[in-house]
Amino acid sequence: MAITSPENRLWWKERISGPELVWVGVSLIWGLIMFFAMIYWHIEGEQNLSNEAYRITAEQFAEKTEAMVEAYTVREEGDTGIPVVHPPAGSDVYLISRLWEWTPILELEKGQSYRLHLSSLDWQHGFSLQPTNINIQVHPDYELVLTLTPPETGEFSIVCNEYCGVGHHTMVGKIYVVDSK
Amino acid sequence: MSNATFRTCPDTGLKVHLSAQNLIKANAVAAVVFLLIGGALGLMVAMTRWPEVHLLSAEMFYAVLTAHGIDVLLFWIIFFEMAVLYFASAILLNCRLAAPWVAWVGFVLMLAGAVIVNVAVLQGESSVMFTSYVPLRAEPHFYLGIILFAVGALLGCCVFFGTLVIAKDEKSYEGSLPLVTFGALTAAIIAVFTIASGAIILIPTLLWSVGYIEHIDTVTYKVIWWAMGHSSQQINVAAHVAIWYLIAAVLLGAKPLSEKVSRTAFLMYILFLQLASAHHLLAEPGISSEWKVFNTSYALYLAVVGSMIHGLSVPGAVEAAQRARGLTNGLFEWLRKAPWGNPAFSGMFTSLVYFGFLGGISGVVLGTEQINLMMHNTMYVPGHFHATVVAGTTLTFMAVTYLVVPLIFQRDIIFPKIAQWQPYVFGVGVAGISLFMMGAGTLGIARRHWDISFSDAALTFDYPSAAFLMMSLNGIFALLAALGGVMYIVVVVGSILFGKKRDANSPSLIPPQVNPAPASTYGGTGHAKVPGTYALVAIFFVAFVLYYFVNWKYLSEVWPLS
Repeated sequence: MAITSPENRLWWKERISGPELVWVGVSLIWGLIMFFAMIYWHIEGEQNLSNEAYRITAEQFAEKTEAMVEAYTVREEGDTGIPVVHPPAGSDVYLISRLWEWTPILELEKGQSYRLHLSSLDWQHGFSLQPTNINIQVHPDYELVLTLTPPETGEFSIVCNEYCGVGHHTMVGKIYVVDSK
Repeated sequence: MSNATFRTCPDTGLKVHLSAQNLIKANAVAAVVFLLIGGALGLMVAMTRWPEVHLLSAEMFYAVLTAHGIDVLLFWIIFFEMAVLYFASAILLNCRLAAPWVAWVGFVLMLAGAVIVNVAVLQGESSVMFTSYVPLRAEPHFYLGIILFAVGALLGCCVFFGTLVIAKDEKSYEGSLPLVTFGALTAAIIAVFTIASGAIILIPTLLWSVGYIEHIDTVTYKVIWWAMGHSSQQINVAAHVAIWYLIAAVLLGAKPLSEKVSRTAFLMYILFLQLASAHHLLAEPGISSEWKVFNTSYALYLAVVGSMIHGLSVPGAVEAAQRARGLTNGLFEWLRKAPWGNPAFSGMFTSLVYFGFLGGISGVVLGTEQINLMMHNTMYVPGHFHATVVAGTTLTFMAVTYLVVPLIFQRDIIFPKIAQWQPYVFGVGVAGISLFMMGAGTLGIARRHWDISFSDAALTFDYPSAAFLMMSLNGIFALLAALGGVMYIVVVVGSILFGKKRDANSPSLIPPQVNPAPASTYGGTGHAKVPGTYALVAIFFVAFVLYYFVNWKYLSEVWPLS
């Protein structure tokens, strides 16, 4: 039994039963299928996390964001006057995360692709785009660049889902998607 | 050196080293104390995330959540695992425990560390979550407490290894290690890797928290921390699988279908599980997809194969033993007529089902590089790990306690009816928590989050009302799980204090038809036939495949990104 030494001293020479071998084989093959599924999705799938990232300082990232905000602000929103930015299709778009806000608000065009740059000015934050439910980790001192193509119009929110202190649950951002002109 | 005093266990005939017994008792008691604390904190968390109840303030919630994770995931579980290690070595191998004084030093360090961490968190300036990701900064004694605890646990592992050497040296057993001890050895080996990783990251973090080190890279921190964090879960898996075999052996005389296959499965845990830490880093910047894909799959899912093997072997062992006893009617008579009224058995078998179906499947899916994008940092994550660590490991440890109390504490179980129901109440409660958390996560609800209605936020978002319902259901099932926890504590503590003392004249714990001594030869016909188990694993496999592919389908509907 399992609490006593194996009765057959040469237990490693015992033959394995047929069905057990089949199950081991099935498990191994299933494991390979799951492994190659991820590789397949990188080739054929449309949802993959970018590998493009850079080291950056908070000041540098804030500067790049500020430049975009100055060039493309279309209005302001809310009591705190968050800028709403409508960058050109295909351009580099910057989103700052910091305790406890996402800024600016982005207005993107349906069906167009954008190079979205994510970084934090302080602590780690979680970029959780709802309701489509895309969740990406945002680090300070790192700039992640991914290509995003909104397929639908509407109002979308960015909930922070990486614990970042006592104001974590107040950290919400917004993305508008409008029809292309 | 052998002034060691022993007693002979009247139920199993094993020689029990009294020092080992005392250490098992001390660690088991400490474990249950931290389960009580951590469990109560967990209930408070659930009552806060239940939107209609919203029990704690934001500050309290984040502190309590930090303490809850540490108290149960580190302290309850690892104290209990120390007891398991000492049992699997000295008791099962019929020898004396190596250097008990070292084990006591370890115990004191663990206890001191645990108290210090709890004090740090309750003081309010260390609400950094169990993961303590930099640049979140806790007070220095927070990190110190964890380090002390880890050092104490490492000493315990050393005592375990030393005991194996003594047993071999003094020839207290013949042939190979019993499978349960082999499983415990797997756990201890993984523990050494785990603790080393913890030291490598937490010592610098401690120095950073006092200002001695200026900066710690945030991605590097996570890579190393999770080498400790995930591997510690693999200690749990190896330990609870070993205990499944133990309970099956003691209660039913069950033998593994194939020692070779089961041991290889444990070996695969050691070889491949460490890589799995990568699945905590799938959504991070700055790490290549190649690294992520290879490691999250534990090298082509070889470690998952290990678990799937045990998923056949443990129920198969039960079935083989039952069929040998004459329960051969149909596919499932062996299961229907299993000792479901015995809480050690019911806890063990239900935990196996929950761990496999809820925990295992959700874990592999969650750890798929691209599917993870839909689930990272949502409530799906705690939904998954409550299925593995609570419905799996914790329920298993609760089950084996019903054997530890009579065999080690030598007390009869009081309130047998409560004991009988306890695994079911707790198990259903935890299964419910897990399912509804996963449901909430698929609807996008964030984890570690105090207010999903965003009432204090400048901009808001309306999660779907179904998501709120999920969090309420999570709350209700948390109450059930808490009830199951209270039942466990009452029965176990009550039995230790007030249970009837057992001695050589007490009725044996081992059912009469089970002969625990290795008398009969193994698998006379060559191999036991276990058709019921094959049916169960087939159902499991179908569920796995379907759920896995359905999630790729969901992913294809998400915004294109690259």
